[in-house]
Amino acid sequence: MIQQTIKFYQTGTFTVGNRLLDESQRSVQANMERTNSLNSGHRACQGCGEALGARYAIDAAMRATGNRLIAVNATGCLEVFSTPYPESSWQIPWIHSLFGNAAAVASGIAAALRMRGQDDVRVIAQGGDGGTTDIGFGCLSGMFERNDDVLYLCYDNEAYMNTGVQRSSATPPTARTATTMAVGDEPGNPFGTGKNVPLIAMAHHIPYVATATVANLRDLEAKVTKAMALRGARYIHIHVPCPLGWGSDPALTIRIARLAVESGLFPLFEAAHGELTSRTFIRRRVPAAEYLRLQKRFAHLFTAGAEAQLARVQAIADRNIERFGLLAPESAS
Amino acid sequence: MNKPFAITLEVGSSLANKTGSWRTMRPEYLDRLPPCNAACPAGENIQSWLYHAEGGDYESAWRALVADNPLPAIMGRVCYHPCETACNRALHDAAVGINSVERFLGDAALKKGWAFAPPAAGTGKRVLVVGAGPSGLSAAYHLRRLGHAVKIVEAGPLAGGMMRFGIPKYRLPREVLDGEVRRILDLGVELELGRKVTDIRAEMAAGRFDAAFLAVGAHIGKRAYIPAGSAARMLDAVSVLRGMEGEDKPMLGRRVVVYGGGNTALDVARTARRLGASEAIIVYRRTREKMPAHDFEVEEALQEGVMIKWLSTIRNMADEGTLTVEKMTLDDKGFPQPTGEFETLEADSLVLALGQDVDLSLLDGVPGLEIRDGVAVVGPDMMTGFPGLFAGGDMVPSERTVTVAVGHGKKAARHIDAWLRDTRHAPPPKHELAAFDKLNTWYYSDASKTVRPMLDVARRSSTFDEVVQGLDESNALFEARRCLSCGNCFECDNCYGVCPDNAIIKLGPGQRYEINYDYCKGCGICVEECPCGAINMVPEKI
Amino acid sequence: MLEQMEGSQAVATAIALARPQVICAYPITPQTHIVEGLGEMVKSGELKGCEFINVESEFAALSVAIGASAAGARTYTATSSQGLLFMAEAVYNAAGLELPIVMTIGNRAIGAPINIWNDHSDSMALRDAGWIQLFADTNQEALDLHIQAFRLAEDLSCPVMVCMDGFILTHAYERVDLPAQAEVDAFLPPYEPRQVLDPAQPVTIGAMVGPDAFTEVRYLAHHRQLSALEKIPEVAAAFKARFGRASGGLLRGYRMEGAETVVIALGSVNGTVQDVIDEMRADGMAIGSLAIGTFRPFPLAALRAALAGAKRVLVLEKCLAAGVGGIVTDDVRRALAGEQVRINTVIGGLGGRAITRESLRRVFADACAARLERLSFLDLDTGVVERELARERAARRSGPTAEAVLRQLGAPGSRLG
Ligand SMILES: Cc1cc2nc3c(=O)[nH]c(=O)nc-3n(C[C@H](O)[C@H](O)[C@H](O)COP(=O)(O)OP(=O)(O)OC[C@H]3O[C@@H](n4cnc5c(N)ncnc54)[C@H](O)[C@@H]3O)c2cc1C
Ligand SMILES: Cc1ncc(C[n+]2csc(CCOP(=O)(O)OP(=O)(O)O)c2C)c(N)n1
Ligand code: SF4
Ligand SMILES: [Mg+2]
Repeated sequence: MIQQTIKFYQTGTFTVGNRLLDESQRSVQANMERTNSLNSGHRACQGCGEALGARYAIDAAMRATGNRLIAVNATGCLEVFSTPYPESSWQIPWIHSLFGNAAAVASGIAAALRMRGQDDVRVIAQGGDGGTTDIGFGCLSGMFERNDDVLYLCYDNEAYMNTGVQRSSATPPTARTATTMAVGDEPGNPFGTGKNVPLIAMAHHIPYVATATVANLRDLEAKVTKAMALRGARYIHIHVPCPLGWGSDPALTIRIARLAVESGLFPLFEAAHGELTSRTFIRRRVPAAEYLRLQKRFAHLFTAGAEAQLARVQAIADRNIERFGLLAPESAS
Repeated sequence: MNKPFAITLEVGSSLANKTGSWRTMRPEYLDRLPPCNAACPAGENIQSWLYHAEGGDYESAWRALVADNPLPAIMGRVCYHPCETACNRALHDAAVGINSVERFLGDAALKKGWAFAPPAAGTGKRVLVVGAGPSGLSAAYHLRRLGHAVKIVEAGPLAGGMMRFGIPKYRLPREVLDGEVRRILDLGVELELGRKVTDIRAEMAAGRFDAAFLAVGAHIGKRAYIPAGSAARMLDAVSVLRGMEGEDKPMLGRRVVVYGGGNTALDVARTARRLGASEAIIVYRRTREKMPAHDFEVEEALQEGVMIKWLSTIRNMADEGTLTVEKMTLDDKGFPQPTGEFETLEADSLVLALGQDVDLSLLDGVPGLEIRDGVAVVGPDMMTGFPGLFAGGDMVPSERTVTVAVGHGKKAARHIDAWLRDTRHAPPPKHELAAFDKLNTWYYSDASKTVRPMLDVARRSSTFDEVVQGLDESNALFEARRCLSCGNCFECDNCYGVCPDNAIIKLGPGQRYEINYDYCKGCGICVEECPCGAINMVPEKI
Repeated sequence: MLEQMEGSQAVATAIALARPQVICAYPITPQTHIVEGLGEMVKSGELKGCEFINVESEFAALSVAIGASAAGARTYTATSSQGLLFMAEAVYNAAGLELPIVMTIGNRAIGAPINIWNDHSDSMALRDAGWIQLFADTNQEALDLHIQAFRLAEDLSCPVMVCMDGFILTHAYERVDLPAQAEVDAFLPPYEPRQVLDPAQPVTIGAMVGPDAFTEVRYLAHHRQLSALEKIPEVAAAFKARFGRASGGLLRGYRMEGAETVVIALGSVNGTVQDVIDEMRADGMAIGSLAIGTFRPFPLAALRAALAGAKRVLVLEKCLAAGVGGIVTDDVRRALAGEQVRINTVIGGLGGRAITRESLRRVFADACAARLERLSFLDLDTGVVERELARERAARRSGPTAEAVLRQLGAPGSRLG
């Protein structure tokens, strides 16, 4: 007789919750008592991936720490849309100081907590890609290098959104921004520029580095939870689509983030003490074009004569897939 | 804390900012009609009972199931499951094994002895049901549950109709049939066996019935003109199969030829194999693609050694048991045309499986009644032209399956009930279909269908043991969980999770969700990420 | 307890006595000895309950301090010159967030040309950042001011800079009176934050404030600075009561009785000024001086009152607002608005140039005789300046002035090329 054992809950594997799952296996976001660290009434654009990513990550950190958490926020959309006087959307102790110093402020808080005998209270710092990979990079690297007890969360929407979509060092090649217009010989952001901060973080040999995405909540929560179980400097780089800056339909925020992963353009991985320890396999591989096509910032890639550019982006995706081993080995059944 | 003015704020104070005013489109929850439900001739709410089964609450699942269909253990064996054909999951990997879960539930009920909920308070109305086939049984069940007194009059010696006297045991063990019939009778349905109703109006008057439901089926085997010698053994399929229920099994001989291309032909051929025929050959005019029998049944028959001659017609049968067969060819329109090529086949008997006609004699003289193409015409409410006289199943124009018959019985019962109350039964409007493109299948993990275990071929050709086995509990659970819940919320929490504005309120187990329009900005992510298409975007009224 | 020690060491000891919990620093001359001293004290265990963080920049130093202070720790840092400018953004921010951080400025010039020596350009550049700025005249005062600074900062929820002249004070060995720990503890209770990041009582700190409330926020900051003008003398008085020493306060007058000419100065130069005043008084001249102890908030009323009998004021400044003149002068002028007092500005001691008694005596005398120009530069080598100006007039591409001046002077740097 043909027997098949149940390996998983059919509809629970990828959804946020699912009534069939054991309570302990449900996501933080499925919980009716979740913190909603970033509460309703914030002024993020419709479908803002950053707003979503922040709540995902911080709610998970709240659960992991038993609500003993303090957050530092760099200047940027997240800060601006969450705290315009007289209304704050935060439900947790939160401080915004400057654009480029979130990591340092967090280091200071961590030190103060130690000295005040409040070691159980944990600190996270968070900022956009600009606040992290550019202006805040010095402080970030310093925090890493000292191995301060801070989890830094970068919400990567691939440009300076709050100031009107200018290029950052996280802006991908060919993307149109207000400072890399889709004109000239090489329209959009030039190839061969930008930096990969997760890899740079790994080079600091800190206890934990991971990439995550709003498209994979369970993976994100697992990573935040793992990070909060560790001490020392930790970094999670979260891909968060920005409908305004990317010229995408707000409803497609998660879908686009998913396509970034499934195309190989945004690899999901983890590293400990500088060594790659895991990657999240691509489930249904798609060509990069499927991801790019949904975003106006890449519209010029779909005009006549742009084939070579498009092919170069595809090559980046292919390279990632190879480099990080993003395809599951043929599963032996 | 003496907070600095403006620079330090109270947490959570942004609740004062009602971002719902930004919205131009609003998401709304809705229920769409799952394709399985839409395709079920018995009108089962398949998805809802799968929902209970997914959670392991089989009794609730069974109760949800029998709200529409009192014969799940039978259905789980003989239904041709158009639901599975319609199932969206077929477009993803393979259809959900609805039928096997149904059988699992039906068997569980029989094993555990679950009884139906008691009928509603008596209405004082009496309804006559003629025929204890699936249609009659279904109508009786529903009518009884609605509180009416029901009497079934059945011509045969046992209840079940074609389920007993047509469908072979190896597909439908009789204990199963008996068990499910008994449960209906246990509701207080009166059954009189062995009496054929010959005049419906007289019968109603005599029994002071307020209404009647006719479900006499189609039992007269159709004949084809085949010149035959007087000693040639030519039988009709229905008689052969009916004979299987008696003490003396039909004598078919070692070489049996069956003429026809429907499921009945296959049943007879497979029965012949089990009765010891070394050769069972089906002769059919057209090709396998054109054959009305279901492919899986053809497959099972072939496995059991049944042979099929495609594109062939029988021209005559000589006394000594020799059949002359003419080869056919399909014309442009797909109709078989003679080729003039002949061959001969040796046969101890020839069984004609060419369909059945209805014996409508009990309706003679009923005014207003219309008969067309040998079947009784009914309206959308299953009522014949004669007020208070309803009919369904094989005797009315429709597909002839157990499931259709059961569906007719249910539908008729609802209309009879309304008619008895001097009202009209208006079924609630059907929801829009939950088509595949409404789903976001990303969220469903990849899980192929569980195959039902099959009996060894060796045992199949010698015994009448049931061929297709049931699923065990874990398999049934797995199969139930493959359901995508097309068009209806299954509380996966996706909307609750993916809203960037926390504008979804989770109401708790079984309560689903609500949208907090004070904060919903109308981004539409919930709609996009709902796996099952249970949320819709509609323009905001300004 | 009296002890001979370097100014930086004295300050480090004072900081340690104040029981800070977080210290962060980045090295820059002439602040280095202070933080080195503290670093050692923390590492050796002499200073307990304190974390010393070596950061990667001054911007980070003050940012770490901001975090630590917001989380309720008594926090300290120190810097100078370029370092202060490098942290400028955070300097404003700490004040805006009302965090009682104490920071020592070892005053030093700002480049280019790069120069490690003393003047006041650094703290003057950030005078309006919302910090209280106290200036120390002596090492003893520097020590005392740091103890007062924490109390002031924490009472007012406002950060305080204690400014002390680089090298002249930071690197000078002098005898100082070190207070006892118990006395300091009695004067400076543990830090009770006005607002703190605490999961038990969450708040949002650092909101974005728009036009609707920004003016009010700024007004309140101004108001707090004004209230500091009352607080500072109170704290100084309390300090005197406990430690028996006058230190700090708004202004410190010297031989002001009947002074018709009053010299105003900040920091260590007041010692030299007072020596000259002694000489001139001995010659019968009606001259006195005022040391500005609190530069921010500026004690307008106190100054006006102190200058009630003055006919002439000479403001001796260690910084220059290029294209304008004196910086302190502007505030002095504001204090004397409507008064018929002649105000002279003398810019001196830039980039560490020695301010000699002779030179001071000359300009003071000129001031008394009303011979002094409104703005003059102490010991300016006019020959060099004139030649350079002539050269610039002659050649359109004259090259950098600083290099040319060095070349003229035959300084070694000129050969580096
Ligand atoms: C061999 C065979 C195999 C089949 N296999 C399947 C299958 O696998 N799946 C499927 O869905 N369908 C199958 N069918 C079709 C299915 O059995 C019928 O469509 C279905 O049984 C029709 O139900 P019914 O209630 O209308 O009539 P029936 O089942 O025919 O029942 C009618 C009943 O009325 C009784 N009766 C007739 N006249 C009178 C009268 N005057 N007075 C009193 N009683 C009377 C009869 O004795 C009979 O019991 C099969 C049919 C055959 C012949
Ligand atoms: C020192 C400084 N430089 C520039 C700015 C202007 N600024 C504010 S937010 C921002 C963009 C933020 O971009 P990013 O960090 O990517 O966050 P996002 O808004 O995209 O989420 C900029 C350039 C600033 N506030 N401070
Ligand atoms: S601009 Fe982009 S990141 Fe900023 S609030 Fe809008 S969607 Fe979010
Ligand atoms: Mg950004």
